Amino acid sequence: MKSDQFSPWQLWSLVILRVAIGWHFLYEGISKLLNPDWSSLGYLMDSEGWLEGIFLSMAGNSALLNVIDFLNMWGLILIGAGLILGMFTRPAAIAGMVLLAFYYLSHPPLIGATYVIPSEGNYLWVNKNLIELLTLWVILLFPTWNTVGIDRFIFKKYRI
Amino acid sequence: MSEQNQTGKENGMNRRDLLKGFATLPVIGAFAYGAWRKRRQDHLRSHRLARELNMSTGDLEYTRYAHDGDVIRLGIIGYGIRGTQLMKAAGFVQPETILEWKDAAAKDSRDHRYEDFLGQDDLNVVVNGVCDLFDVHAERALAAASNVGREGPDGTMEKPAKRYRNYRELLAAKDIDAVIIATPDHWHARMAIDAARAGKHIYVEKGLARRVEEVFAIRDAVRESNVIFQLGHQGRQTESYIKAREAVEKNLLGPINLIEVCTNRNTPNGAWVYDIHPDANSRSVDWNQFEEPCEVKHPFSAERFFRWRCWWDYGTGLSGDLLTHEYDAINQILGMGIPESAVSSGGVYFYERPEHYVNEVREVPDVWNATFEYPRLNLSLLYSATLANNRDRGKVIMGHDASMELGNSIRIYACQESTRYKEQIANGLIRTDLPIYTYIPGRKNVDAVTTPTEQYFADRGLLYTYRGGRRMDTTHLHIAEWLEGIRQGKQPSCNIDQAFEEGITAAMATIAYREDRKVFWDSEKQQVV
Repeated sequence: MKSDQFSPWQLWSLVILRVAIGWHFLYEGISKLLNPDWSSLGYLMDSEGWLEGIFLSMAGNSALLNVIDFLNMWGLILIGAGLILGMFTRPAAIAGMVLLAFYYLSHPPLIGATYVIPSEGNYLWVNKNLIELLTLWVILLFPTWNTVGIDRFIFKKYRI
Repeated sequence: MSEQNQTGKENGMNRRDLLKGFATLPVIGAFAYGAWRKRRQDHLRSHRLARELNMSTGDLEYTRYAHDGDVIRLGIIGYGIRGTQLMKAAGFVQPETILEWKDAAAKDSRDHRYEDFLGQDDLNVVVNGVCDLFDVHAERALAAASNVGREGPDGTMEKPAKRYRNYRELLAAKDIDAVIIATPDHWHARMAIDAARAGKHIYVEKGLARRVEEVFAIRDAVRESNVIFQLGHQGRQTESYIKAREAVEKNLLGPINLIEVCTNRNTPNGAWVYDIHPDANSRSVDWNQFEEPCEVKHPFSAERFFRWRCWWDYGTGLSGDLLTHEYDAINQILGMGIPESAVSSGGVYFYERPEHYVNEVREVPDVWNATFEYPRLNLSLLYSATLANNRDRGKVIMGHDASMELGNSIRIYACQESTRYKEQIANGLIRTDLPIYTYIPGRKNVDAVTTPTEQYFADRGLLYTYRGGRRMDTTHLHIAEWLEGIRQGKQPSCNIDQAFEEGITAAMATIAYREDRKVFWDSEKQQVV
């Protein structure tokens, strides 16, 4: 479906959704940037589930941990800005889904899984990371950036 | 309009294009404004609070002790559980243990024992003599002493140290400058006194001694000598205690009236039911020498040899082993010294079960509480211990204005009825359910608002543990401080005066329990009554 086939309500509700997710990513990134003590160490150490071993080995390697911290922080910021502005939106949405998949897989709400990090809700198998990931999938399949977004100018030749 | 559109189209875009393309740009502006406002508010709150509290905001640098200069030649007396840990802290580990660590690290990336040991500073020492009454332990000590390459059995080995059958021979050796004493407590006084007289510097494990007379005798011998003395309370190297002292000095807590310290353990090992080595027998253990200081002699008992902490003949149970750590931590922060009086009570309430002993039920209590009074400071110190439940009760210093929770991190909570913080509580700057001051070692931002997640990890010792090689073994630092003192001719933090206060206080609590009475310290006459 192309964005010129959306009704105005459809278009703008999708844009608002895209911007809201972008805002969330951007603030998560900025707050990490502003906190000199932030590290993904604690989160990784708290991992459980199928890929626990991989996440723990990431936490155990301090050189790798620095790379992960950097990628995560700047990834969140760039993805957030991309989604809000509609700039390089497609790669931003895909990268966002990848990050969310990592978060989900390191803390899957499995039966019997308990985490040190307190949860603000009650979840079984489906949690907000998964929902945000699925929402980004929707954003990706219903492109709005060719109409509302800077991609309108960047990818001009594809513009309708 | 159409003209404009025409022009726009010629340029490749029109106004409609621009508006739609940049429609979400103002969101970035709103975001920037919101983020700035929030940061400013957090910043203002924490800075106003920090200003009111007047605590230094800089992080403490890890104390690095100097170890240049001459090589110090060590002798180790006692290579049991603690002796092994002390040798490791000094840089010497058996090759077999290194192999075990390497295997463990290969299987579990969280196992950092090998990496941490390799990262430990070289203290510029050699071990020239070892003394242990059990052959197996003595052999292990020799293997560790030789392992200068810090590797497995195929690594670099130094010529073996000499094994001494009696510590007096070790003290007479010319190639030994300093001794680490990690024997059962009933030997501490004799060994420390003899070492001081022999001019050997002393690192002795806690508790300093079992009896009041021994404590005085050690102090006299050390004072009459020129040796550098350190008592083994490695808690002296804990960063957060230094900050805690600052908080007390700046009167953040108001008049301190009650201090609660605890021990909570719930394993046989934690209750001193240690493994009995299968090779221990009357030939491999010099039992007569082990019992030399005892007034009443017993037939050979491997149980008593390995689990000596359970009998009054050799130790003082919770008093010398664990109260002393808690007491020394608080004494380091408050400098309150010897209490005016002590009472204590408890019993053997759990470890009298048949699975917990071989031939003899322990004598020392496994649940024990002691109260120390300091009328001249208007405060009580309460120690409470159980070896059959490990609920973490922490350490708390309570003042009229605030309470300080102490561990590896510090949290200070204002008291709802505080006089000092009354106004700030009323105007909302201080909330009594949130700490007014938090200190987490290694955290770059001391005064910043702590996130709940960060606090969770700090409390569990998980935070900043593996970053930038900052994880340090306090025992290593404590030995390093002692060695630096030897090289520079200065007494370290847990010197003989601190040790004296620890020894007298613990002895008072032990007497109170064993004689079932209130015990007093006469500070003028300098005697326990």
